[in-house]
Amino acid sequence: MSGVMKRMGMIFRAKANKALDRAEDPRETLDYSYQKQLELLQKVRRGVADVATSRKRLELQLNQLQGQSTKLEDQGRKALALGREDLAREALSRRAALQQQVTDLETQHQTLQGEEEKLTLAAQRLQAKVDAFRTRKETIKATYTAAQAQTRIGEAFSGISEEMGDVGMAIQRAEDKTAQLQARAGAIDELLASGALDDQSGMAKDDIAAELDRISGGTDVELELQRMKAELAGGSPQQAIEGGKTDESQQSRTQHKFDKQ
Amino acid sequence: MIVRIMGEGQVLVAESHLPGLNRLDDELLAEIEGGDHEGFRRTLGALLDAVRSAGEPLPDDALQPSELILPAADATLEEVKAMLKDDGLIPG
Repeated sequence: MSGVMKRMGMIFRAKANKALDRAEDPRETLDYSYQKQLELLQKVRRGVADVATSRKRLELQLNQLQGQSTKLEDQGRKALALGREDLAREALSRRAALQQQVTDLETQHQTLQGEEEKLTLAAQRLQAKVDAFRTRKETIKATYTAAQAQTRIGEAFSGISEEMGDVGMAIQRAEDKTAQLQARAGAIDELLASGALDDQSGMAKDDIAAELDRISGGTDVELELQRMKAELAGGSPQQAIEGGKTDESQQSRTQHKFDKQ
Repeated sequence: MIVRIMGEGQVLVAESHLPGLNRLDDELLAEIEGGDHEGFRRTLGALLDAVRSAGEPLPDDALQPSELILPAADATLEEVKAMLKDDGLIPG
């Protein structure tokens, strides 16, 4: 449908929406921000996992080294029992070198463990923050939606939206009409007072009444003339008519003529 | 479907009436575009009457957006033409 109804509806809606959407939707921004926070949290967690993996690898290495160290100690003890002091010395010196590695690895392990603890704590804190943000975000979104609804209602009553544009127009229209009618009434009064316009209300005589008056007036004149003629001819016209039989037909004819009028 | 007649109010019209109303509506648009004043007056009257008789008036305190909007019964062709322009009706 592309008729007047649809087009007017679309234009009204477009205007109302334009007023509403002038500011970007903060709900989308909030959702985006939350998404970003979740990604960050994911990264931290992955970091924690990486550190934990390294720590475990170090532990395995340490176990291995300690196993070798124990083995070298046993070998040294056996060599000494067999009277091979030179071999025992070799084994013990190798063991000392291993021991140094173990000490280094233990230091590394401790550092990693400290880092892992810190990261875990950070991840936990971040998790708590993200959770708090989510709650806050939902609250803000709900508030915004409510505000938006309020805005819509506000607009409906303040004249931005279709509802009010309409009412405003209707009021304007009514005002214009009233003014127009008042102006017209004033003009008519003036024209009537000046005599430029005939009063059709029946106070003054119209054309038909005037013509009827003229006709009936004329008839009176004719009647008067007839009566006077009869008087001059001798006696009252009444007597003349009643007296003369020949006049009867004339009288009835006259009567008939009057009836018709 | 809610139809607003400007200056009168909103009317709830069943979808089944739409094809008939659409015919009149399209006719009205053609008359506006063609500048046919007489046809415009006649068709607008017919369309408004059709909406009024087909629909059920919504209470005045109902706050629902109208899907379709019709000009007031005494709107002139020029007024409606102005309203149909994109920058008409509501400034901004």
